[in-house]
Amino acid sequence: MARRTPAPVRVGADLVGILVLLACAFPVYWMVSRSFLPRNEIKGEDPVLFPWRGTLDNYRKILGDADFADAMVTSLSVTLLTVGVAILFAFLAAVAVSRFRFRGRRTFILTLLLIQMIPAEALFISQYKMLDGMGLLNSVIGLTLVYVASVLPFTVWTLRGFVDGVPRDLEEAAMMDGCSRTQAFFRVTLPLLAPGLVATGVFGFIQAWNEFTLAVVVMTDPAKETLPVWLVAFTDARSRGVDWGAIMASSTLITIPVIVFFLIVQRRMVSGLTAGAVKG
Amino acid sequence: MGRRSLPLGLVLPAVALLALALGYPLVRQVVLSLQEFGLAQQFGAPPEWAGLGNYRDLLTDSGLWVVVLRTVAFCFVNAGLTFAIGLGLALLMARMSRPVRILAQCGLLLAWAMPVVAAMTVWQFLFDTEYGVVNWLLTKAGGDFTGHGWLLEPWSFFLVATIVVVWMSVPFVVFTLYAALTQVPEDVLEAAEIDGAGTWQRFVHVVLPAIRPVLLVVILLQVIWDLRVFTQIYTLQKAGGVSKDTNLLGTYIYTLGIKGGDFGTAAAAAMFMLVLTIVLTAPYVRLMLKQED
Repeated sequence: MARRTPAPVRVGADLVGILVLLACAFPVYWMVSRSFLPRNEIKGEDPVLFPWRGTLDNYRKILGDADFADAMVTSLSVTLLTVGVAILFAFLAAVAVSRFRFRGRRTFILTLLLIQMIPAEALFISQYKMLDGMGLLNSVIGLTLVYVASVLPFTVWTLRGFVDGVPRDLEEAAMMDGCSRTQAFFRVTLPLLAPGLVATGVFGFIQAWNEFTLAVVVMTDPAKETLPVWLVAFTDARSRGVDWGAIMASSTLITIPVIVFFLIVQRRMVSGLTAGAVKG
Repeated sequence: MGRRSLPLGLVLPAVALLALALGYPLVRQVVLSLQEFGLAQQFGAPPEWAGLGNYRDLLTDSGLWVVVLRTVAFCFVNAGLTFAIGLGLALLMARMSRPVRILAQCGLLLAWAMPVVAAMTVWQFLFDTEYGVVNWLLTKAGGDFTGHGWLLEPWSFFLVATIVVVWMSVPFVVFTLYAALTQVPEDVLEAAEIDGAGTWQRFVHVVLPAIRPVLLVVILLQVIWDLRVFTQIYTLQKAGGVSKDTNLLGTYIYTLGIKGGDFGTAAAAAMFMLVLTIVLTAPYVRLMLKQED
């Protein structure tokens, strides 16, 4: 719809565009700029717009906090383990769905679509009971188990799109040239799938890194909190005076990897969820 | 491994994991919802069978109905606002000058990428009673908002929650709908214009039908997502909201089961939420499956 737009409409649209930028970016700016402010400036009469007299004290404080470090280790372990297992399992399933017609294939796809939509809140009661019975509450393995299940449907669905995108002819040509089916797959198809595996892995990383609901249910022991659960507990005002500078610094630290990764996969996230519908 | 069993072997790990982490809890939840969990069970006694007692309790308990109504109302208001703002912005985006459009997209991308908990702490800070910039601005603008607590009253609690949820959800809608709008065939639009169709007519008769499938998916996803808002409500409650007056289904189930230990009733409420979601999801799944055939 790149049409010629009358000048007044364009000016109006541009004004809205600027407003959108402000409304979206301001909270992010506030978070980052406050993270550099010393305590007395945050609690000053009038807020300062720009942190001229910035300090790294808030970051020093957070990075020296043993609880933050613990939460970081837990978060990283759960996230990386989730991504690894989900990518491996999803990859195998995606190859099966894309390259083979087998009995139960349609049921499998239907089930994936359905469970992708099931909210964590509708099952976390019994997942809690199950992990409790297995002795896996407050454990990295337990949280990873429920995380893999929640990212697997989307992961299979996305990877399957990538496998579809690699022409079979290429594999067959390699087989004509004397490769076995397995060799053809590993030497021809797999390298072509690398970008897809990276994009899907990044998506899984963001999901697991940000997840809060299941983490707060499974990790009830304060020593086993993931970063999001730790942050919410840290912000909880009633126990002590709220240290907004430190809270903003830790929020910024949690956000940075997500923003970086998000920029990598953003395009795919739009097309992934609605791919079928856009093509009509 | 034979030709025939190879694909089954490939899906086996995924199927096994899903069966363990989702399938088994689902079955277990049905059982749980038929059991009674009281004080004795917290001290180790085996749960007693309650038949449909938990469901009956839930259905006759006015507490649940208030929560359900609140959840549905919150969902429709948020999904509606998100969709209206998103569609409006997507349409306007096509009419912005290039640099402004890119700037607006960068802003939307930032808001979209923000982790939920980080966004929640920032918004809590913005609406903070003592040091919040919102109170400061409103006071400067002439109101008396010094020391105003936004989370104390349910109405203003949900106002804040709505602002945050909409802020986080609009970017996805804008990007998706904008992508769909760029696919609307230019020549059809021009033909309609030559035939004398005004802007509104072109929108209703050409643009809307062309993006209809995407619109449907976006609305459905939005409704499903806004039905399960948990993190935002949970954190705002921690920050000073009164839980009893501000619970939505997710936090209600959490408080009932994980915090309160009444797993039976909580499981019954969770089944209710599950069925509600599946009913709402059916059209989306049908749409995606049609693509599959």
